[in-house]
Amino acid sequence: MLLQGRELQSVRGERTLFSDINLDVTSGQLWQIEGPNGAGKSSLLRILAGLLPPQHGAVLFEGERIEQCRERYYYDLLFIGHKAGIKPELTAIENLEFYAAVEGLEFTQPPYELLAQVGLVGLEDIPAQRLSAGQQRRIALARLWFSQTRLWILDEPFTALDVSGIALLHERFQQHLAHGGAIILTSHQDLQSMSYPVQRLTLRYQH
Amino acid sequence: MTEHVTRAKAAITTGHTAAVKTTQQAQRVVSSRKVFQQIIRRDLRVAMRQRSDLLNPLIFLLIVITLFPLGVGPGPDILGRIAAGVIWVSALLSAMLGLERIFRDDFRDGALEQMLLLPVAVELSVLGKIVVHWLLTAVPVLLITPLLALLLNLPVQAWGVLWLTLLIGTPILSAAGAIGVALTVSLNKGGALLSLLLLPLLVPLLIFATAAVEATLAGVSPAGPLALIGAFSVLSVTLAPLAVKAGLRVSVN
Repeated sequence: MLLQGRELQSVRGERTLFSDINLDVTSGQLWQIEGPNGAGKSSLLRILAGLLPPQHGAVLFEGERIEQCRERYYYDLLFIGHKAGIKPELTAIENLEFYAAVEGLEFTQPPYELLAQVGLVGLEDIPAQRLSAGQQRRIALARLWFSQTRLWILDEPFTALDVSGIALLHERFQQHLAHGGAIILTSHQDLQSMSYPVQRLTLRYQH
Repeated sequence: MTEHVTRAKAAITTGHTAAVKTTQQAQRVVSSRKVFQQIIRRDLRVAMRQRSDLLNPLIFLLIVITLFPLGVGPGPDILGRIAAGVIWVSALLSAMLGLERIFRDDFRDGALEQMLLLPVAVELSVLGKIVVHWLLTAVPVLLITPLLALLLNLPVQAWGVLWLTLLIGTPILSAAGAIGVALTVSLNKGGALLSLLLLPLLVPLLIFATAAVEATLAGVSPAGPLALIGAFSVLSVTLAPLAVKAGLRVSVN
């Protein structure tokens, strides 16, 4: 069992977003968190990533509470949130080199091939702030192509991507799952027609 | 851990990580030292691409210092007596100007979240941010200190001590400043609150720094106040990362 959520509850202000959420993520699984806007999808992901403490319940990584095994957990976690963590002053390559290095990886040569794979050819020397929203998203998602973490938590990964970008991402998800990785994501896209099985967790808007 | 190895190999055979190699063939290692270096490198690089942000506090400092003789009159004895205090007060205020930069941009673009998710102690990454802030804000001030001292006609025998107070006192500004910014970064109008929060804490620093210079001018040893500033400095640089970590946890919620 890679990641478990036990009786998770989140309260924002006066409102209970969700309570008693349980999920068991094993390797090879893709979990899609669904629900209307404001139902607490992002909050759930942030709780699972350990960025937000749950009001009640616990998140376990390989059976151990994530607060107790923080460094071991983050060694194997890749989280791309709503704000992707791409520095706008730096180029795509500089951004990716940083994230590779802090994951313990190193590019032996400038990662042109990687950029080609995510459709950023010819844009490698341009600061990210001068690229479009979709292109910036692609830089962040390019991390998925070299990352060797087992668990990916992605908040709306398909946002701002065009059709080809979405197809690329699906292809990459499939590889990751085939290699024993696991993915938790939020999306309004219908993933049922994909070639990999999708576990779904639906959050309802609570008043 | 053999699983990692097989996974890495599998990935390489599919050609997707062809341009990537793990630092050690068998097992990727995330070392604290490397993460620390990477954060410093990236932040310096980012800062070099927005130089105007770096220059503004320095220009502010220079303007204040050049205006002072015009305001209080160019009498060398008056200027010499107030020089250390004026330089320190201006340095303090100019430090406040650019302080938010420590975490504000990282908060906006999500790099702060990513920093909290690194598989090394958060305190270490925070220390990296504090070091970068010190390098970018205090080192330029240290470089122009002789010019400031000259402009205010500070007697030459006190230059060294003034410089020393700035050298060991400015890390306190960066470290304590980081705590304040960590607490206020998620607020929209945190600027005024930040100054209110920090300036009272920095008053002792101001008092001891000017006391050290005055002692030198009076022909007494400045060792006492200097030792106190040194103690503040060590204390704040070692303990601030812990407080910053707690502050950031609250701010990213």
